[in-house]
Amino acid sequence: MQSNGLAIRTDQLVRHYKMGEALIRAVDGVSLEIGAGEFVALLGSSGSGKSTLLNLLAGLDHPSAGTVEVLGKSLGAMNPLELSRHRNQTIGMVFQSFNLLPRMTVFENVELPLRLAETPRSERPPRVQEAIERVGLAARLKHRPGELSGGEQQRVAIARALVNRPRVLLADEPTGNLDSHTGEEILRLIAGINRPADGTAPTTVVMVTHERPLAEQFANRIITLADGRVAHEERL
Amino acid sequence: MKLSDLNELAWQNLREAFLRNSLTTLGIAVGVASLVAMLSLGIGLQDMINRRLERGGLFDSVLIRPRTNMVRPGREARDRLMGRESEPVVAPSRLDDQARRKLAQLPNVIEVYPEFRFTGDARLGQEGRLTDVASLPVSASSNDAFEGMLGRFFSSPEAREIILQMEMAESLAEIQGLQAANLIGKRIVLRYAGREQLPAESLGGGPGGENASPDEAALGFSIVSSEIPLQVVGIISAEVVFSTPGTIGRSGAFVPLAVAESLRVVQGNDMREVVGNSIMSAGQQYANLTVRVERASAVPAVQEAAQQMGFSTFSLLDFTRSMRRVFAILDLLLGIFGSLALAVASLGIVNTLVMAILERRREIGVLKALGASDRDVRQLFFAEASVMGLAGGATGVLMGWGIGRIIQFVTAAYLQRQGIPAENIWMVPWWLVAGAMAFSLAVSLVAGMYPASRAARLDPVEALRYQ
Repeated sequence: MQSNGLAIRTDQLVRHYKMGEALIRAVDGVSLEIGAGEFVALLGSSGSGKSTLLNLLAGLDHPSAGTVEVLGKSLGAMNPLELSRHRNQTIGMVFQSFNLLPRMTVFENVELPLRLAETPRSERPPRVQEAIERVGLAARLKHRPGELSGGEQQRVAIARALVNRPRVLLADEPTGNLDSHTGEEILRLIAGINRPADGTAPTTVVMVTHERPLAEQFANRIITLADGRVAHEERL
Repeated sequence: MKLSDLNELAWQNLREAFLRNSLTTLGIAVGVASLVAMLSLGIGLQDMINRRLERGGLFDSVLIRPRTNMVRPGREARDRLMGRESEPVVAPSRLDDQARRKLAQLPNVIEVYPEFRFTGDARLGQEGRLTDVASLPVSASSNDAFEGMLGRFFSSPEAREIILQMEMAESLAEIQGLQAANLIGKRIVLRYAGREQLPAESLGGGPGGENASPDEAALGFSIVSSEIPLQVVGIISAEVVFSTPGTIGRSGAFVPLAVAESLRVVQGNDMREVVGNSIMSAGQQYANLTVRVERASAVPAVQEAAQQMGFSTFSLLDFTRSMRRVFAILDLLLGIFGSLALAVASLGIVNTLVMAILERRREIGVLKALGASDRDVRQLFFAEASVMGLAGGATGVLMGWGIGRIIQFVTAAYLQRQGIPAENIWMVPWWLVAGAMAFSLAVSLVAGMYPASRAARLDPVEALRYQ
């Protein structure tokens, strides 16, 4: 459960890598609090630590020091199986390059998190249908990713991230491979997920991007990273 | 992840690199096929020998002999070699009619009959041919030696009929310049050494004692030349082995048991009794008795009971114990050779799955990002290995079956060209099919261990970066 209305909280989060003799300080003491239902954009130049921070929030990477709490639960206290469940149930992830499995249809790609969650077979089609309708691709269920445009593929990836109804959506440069028009459409979709028009519970969104105009248009907070630290933070 | 989902994903993944995975599966199939073909031949040969012995009525028979205190050098070593256990220390008993009745009352016993084997002179007209004559019970008619015989089996247990072995028939027919087959229906005369019991009063002391010679008085019976007319009803082909276990031998002529019993032929044990000079006065003993039991599994119990009654026993089960040991070793060796191909094929699985990890590195990262645990990833690779193992196992069993059929066909054709009846030397029992499939699955799972563990350990962040 979330603590004090916070969806995410990090405290002096550090992630250092060793590359040969050199120590790479990808994330170097980041402390931040993200409230439930916020849409936060992480901005920064290449190598500023945005994606590493996102991976730490997802529980895909392990911090060298510091703590991450998501919905009041410390990821550091979780065993590998609990972390897997965390990624499956609490977090939805969207990637720059969509990362759809090419041999699977749209339906099968979206169904994948449900398989991992061991959702009963009979419950899966309506859940997939619901997710795919949210991204407006109900007519393309039987198509394979190679038969879709970039924007459509990203929509499928978003549907896959939403199918388990996560409380937090983490997006790593979701518009990076799309033209500006399609990118804007995708961000409009993500904003709709963050604040649904039908009044259902909002989804906390943390999005990595380097497109400030889009971030300013859709996010309600921008955190700028530089050299692994929070350089600037602004509420919109 | 649920097993059904794992299997579905595994099939999907395997279809992706169809040619490579098919070749790997084919490698397993070849391994399993060689295993099945080798073992099916070993099992088939063993079964063929067992079947032949069983059809000879030898597996369900126990040979009973009187226990003697004869010294038989090397007997202990022979028993060990045959896998026979030492007989219990029980006082010897007489193998007479009373013992025969007692043996017939043992559980699972179908019949108890003696074997008479003696030298006879089969005469056609004025000339004759000496040969070994053996008695046959009516139950011997099911013996495969009578398949395809000329003529027929005895018409009744007491029929004064004789069946000749082909070589004997040819020799006898030669006397009148006939073909062997022409003997069927002819009457011949069988001469033999008969045993005539002397009256008690003739054995010294009695009023008629002076009628018996001193030698006869010592024996208790006189040996007289006797004869009986018999009709030739059948001729069996060469190389037939009849008889009770332990006294396997070849005879030139066979007469019904009841007829042989009525002849009072001098037997080898008569001489032994005379030499032993121990139980002569108590009447005639049998040289041996054959006890036929309902099924081979009941043989050991009957043997034990007979030993407790004071008799010496032998069954072919004793002999086959050592034979089965030899076949077990043969099967093991064939299995090892067959498994070698499967072991090589398992390297193909390792190679295929390691390649799959390299190609699907990013996919594994995506799966982990979506919530797949290390165990899910490991199980997915195990499932792929299992699918290859099972598909290869099933195909291999079919291929092995086909190879066996071909070997069987070629062998049968070769034997027939040599004038030897074809034999079934190949057999695929259900347990071999199940065992081969299970073995193939086990080998595949072992082969999948390394790739599965390597895939499960992949760092998702690294994997997602992989292009």
